[in-house]
Amino acid sequence: MAGSTFPILSALIVTPGVGAVVVALLPKQRPQLVKPVALLVTLATAALTVYLLVDFKTGAAGFQDVTKHSWIGSLGISWHLGVDGISLFLVVLTGILFPIALLAADPPHDAKSYTAWILLLEAGVLGSFLSLDLFLFFVFFEIVLVPMYFLIGGWGYDNRVYASLKFFLFTMAGSAVMLVGIFTTVALHANETGTVTFDVVEIATSQSISQNAARWLFLAFALAFAVKVPLIPLHTWLPDAHTQAPTAGSVLLAGVLLKLGSYGFLRFGLYLFPEASHYFAPLFLTLGTIGIIYGAICACMQRDLKRLVAYSSVAHMGFIVLGTFAFTMQSVTGGVLQMVNHGVSTGALFILVGFISERRHTREISALKGLQAVAPIFAAVFIVVAFSSIGLPGLNGFVGEFLVLIGSFLTARWWTVVAAGGVILAALYLLWAVQRVFMGEPDEANRSFKELTLREGLVMAPLLALIVFCGVYPKPLIDRIEPSVKELVTHVEKYAGFELPVTPTPGAKG
Amino acid sequence: MVVAALVPRGWPKGGYAVVTATLAGAAMVMSVFNWRDVQDHGAQSLVGGAIALDGFSVFITVVICAAVIMTALIADDFLRREGQDGCELYALMLMAAAGGIVMGSANDLIVLFLGLETLSIALYVMAASNPKRLQSQESAIKYFILGGFSSAFFLYGVALVYGATGSTSLPKIMDFLATTNLLNERLLLAGMALLMVGFGFKVAAAPFHIWVPDVYQGAPTPVTSFMASVGKVAAFAALLRVFVVALGQYESDWRPLLWVLAVLTLLVGSVLAVVQTDVKRMLAYSSISHAGFILVGVQAANAKGVAGSLFYLLTYAFLVAGTFAVVTVVVGPGDSQTGLDAFRGLARRRPSLALALTVLLLAQAGVPLTAGFDAKFEVIVAAVDAKSYVLAVIAMLCSVIAAFVYLRITVSMYSTDGEVPAKRLRVPIGAATAVTIAVTFTLVVGFFPSNLIDLARDAVPVIVSGS
Repeated sequence: MAGSTFPILSALIVTPGVGAVVVALLPKQRPQLVKPVALLVTLATAALTVYLLVDFKTGAAGFQDVTKHSWIGSLGISWHLGVDGISLFLVVLTGILFPIALLAADPPHDAKSYTAWILLLEAGVLGSFLSLDLFLFFVFFEIVLVPMYFLIGGWGYDNRVYASLKFFLFTMAGSAVMLVGIFTTVALHANETGTVTFDVVEIATSQSISQNAARWLFLAFALAFAVKVPLIPLHTWLPDAHTQAPTAGSVLLAGVLLKLGSYGFLRFGLYLFPEASHYFAPLFLTLGTIGIIYGAICACMQRDLKRLVAYSSVAHMGFIVLGTFAFTMQSVTGGVLQMVNHGVSTGALFILVGFISERRHTREISALKGLQAVAPIFAAVFIVVAFSSIGLPGLNGFVGEFLVLIGSFLTARWWTVVAAGGVILAALYLLWAVQRVFMGEPDEANRSFKELTLREGLVMAPLLALIVFCGVYPKPLIDRIEPSVKELVTHVEKYAGFELPVTPTPGAKG
Repeated sequence: MVVAALVPRGWPKGGYAVVTATLAGAAMVMSVFNWRDVQDHGAQSLVGGAIALDGFSVFITVVICAAVIMTALIADDFLRREGQDGCELYALMLMAAAGGIVMGSANDLIVLFLGLETLSIALYVMAASNPKRLQSQESAIKYFILGGFSSAFFLYGVALVYGATGSTSLPKIMDFLATTNLLNERLLLAGMALLMVGFGFKVAAAPFHIWVPDVYQGAPTPVTSFMASVGKVAAFAALLRVFVVALGQYESDWRPLLWVLAVLTLLVGSVLAVVQTDVKRMLAYSSISHAGFILVGVQAANAKGVAGSLFYLLTYAFLVAGTFAVVTVVVGPGDSQTGLDAFRGLARRRPSLALALTVLLLAQAGVPLTAGFDAKFEVIVAAVDAKSYVLAVIAMLCSVIAAFVYLRITVSMYSTDGEVPAKRLRVPIGAATAVTIAVTFTLVVGFFPSNLIDLARDAVPVIVSGS
């Protein structure tokens, strides 16, 4: 499998983009064409991501499959794409999650525009994960907002208009500040080195911006990512957006869009401004840890099942932020791994909640009872996914959380101690919800709850398989993530001027 | 108009619009030749030093002509719908455009004033051009009175500058300030401030913006489109030429003033737009916030700032023309239904029109891959280059506030509540063409902005002394 010159990364972005246009142009008289075309496009994209995964050179640290074409030459803006261990699995997750989201739930109306928006969303997300040019990244980052806004506003639940507006304005405000940060970064870099460029790799490797300026710039970027992740106290858009979004919208929002924020921290925060990220690490560690506990406590209090899962996202993303800012190999690797795992488990949870909401037309936990008696397979699937979200060993959630906690304990001891408590809280709210919804005797309304259909089972199957596989044998993932993480951590060490505590290797003693 | 008076009644339908568009188109084509000329031979000064021919004036001419074409397309069916088919509006448009072009190319303050008055008087009459609507008359009177005041301020400012520098000719002013150290600067500073007031009124900068919402709302919609595009372009062109180039020496004096104006304008425009219920008023306030953005570019006072402002003016002209084209179609005869409810469910009645308006509104909000984003980008880059970081952040935050307004209109269009009016919405071919041009421009420039950005960079104003 020698390195082919097929521009796979550009193809990854262009395929769903073109697909969106094709679906939008499909004739109105043939609505039955929409879904097959969309599925074809998303499955083709998924196949491309799998090919990317297979073709990825394990053990290589730098960016692979790099494409670079000049776009706006006078400003040094180029179509610069690349993938490394950190973004690889996020891209694969995106590729896999989108067809599943499409299959999981059908829109009640206007399937054509719904599908077109989803495909445009996919193009935007893939573009964001693959960009190595600041301007290009910003373009894709903003593009992601528009389809999500329309998906929530057009196909969501009762309070959708408020939720979609809040989502759009919050995220846009963060990116507005990031845009100024981007320009200032480029301007300062140009002042020092003489070349105007938006290229991330160039700016990161030259590290020519003064310390003070870099700290401000890091904050500008961090604001946008903090809204996306979301970090307390900028998280208030999330519960509404997740709850009011249609099922596919929630799956994609939680599964993929939140990762844009944490990925941004790694790729643009740590990589571009290593010293500043080290300087501000205590702040972000604190915010992340507060998020873990606060998100979990809020989740416990929820009466709406979907809102409970939304708050659990806040809690889980807190772990990822903790891992990112602890700067050890294991913690960052755990963070990246957890990004993928969270995408799979929370995506699965939202799909299941969507199924419940479709059948019973309610998401209130108090209205649901004893579903296990009438739908045992459904209950079993839900319980497995819930366990994965809790972090039960043997399932994927455990690996990520474990690595994060172990890695962070070295450098961020007391934060980790508090965060570990969050694991218990996760068990609390999820198991309590499972108990209330599935255990006990079903009443009249719940007795008619239909079992998991074959189609739904097929949708859940790949997610379940991933949950188990990544939990039992995460080595292939870790092998590919680790080299890039190592390079990033070394980069931070070098410029931030600190040394990682050395972990004793197994077998060193006696 | 003379031609129309001579030809007997019974011009073919849309004849006036076609003639107007053709004239403007011809002007644009000739401008291309002028551009070549300027690139080869450098800037020149014509008419005894009164008019400058440089890249800047050619650029402004092209933008104004484009705006005239777009407005002619919109006005065509509008006038027929209102029962006012006639050549007056077109003649006034061409006169106003001529005034605007003179403003953009003026090399002398008095000539600039001539252009300003020609433009303004034509606009006053255009605003009053719907005799059946009381609001139209009211808006014209308001505009006239306030405009008269501001022209008086402007003229007084010209007089003071003349007193301080001994000339009204821009090249002479520039040379004088470059070579002489003024002992008593008060005269000049007062003159500059008064000039700023005069310009501020015309470009709708706060706190001189009070006339904008009322006039934009009252005037017939195609006229609003014309005012928003040509009025601003001409006024900004003059502002750039006078302040950045001629009074460039005194940068440190007028830049802080512009900083305050820009911030006020941005805040007023975005925040007050949010509380409006009438779409035309919303768009009026949004045009105030766009003026604030362009002021950010002017405040940067460097070549990038001028280029950014020019590029913004160009994209803004197309965006506003397209937006108002759709508004003209939707508000119905007599500009009666201008509330947000008029747009409710537009996506079901006319999906392509709704989609076009969505693209244009998102472009105004500054979403990437549209021309609007590139325009904001250029202006913010200029501000960052001039180290006005706080201004850049305020500008971006105001764009988020303004985005709310555009989103509200979009939400209303796509909402599925309420019943859809049974009557099919008529979209005349003129308006449809204008909207298509605007959307195409927005998306094409959004994806490939380099050419236009480079053109704007080359259109830097140069002051050349007269022969």
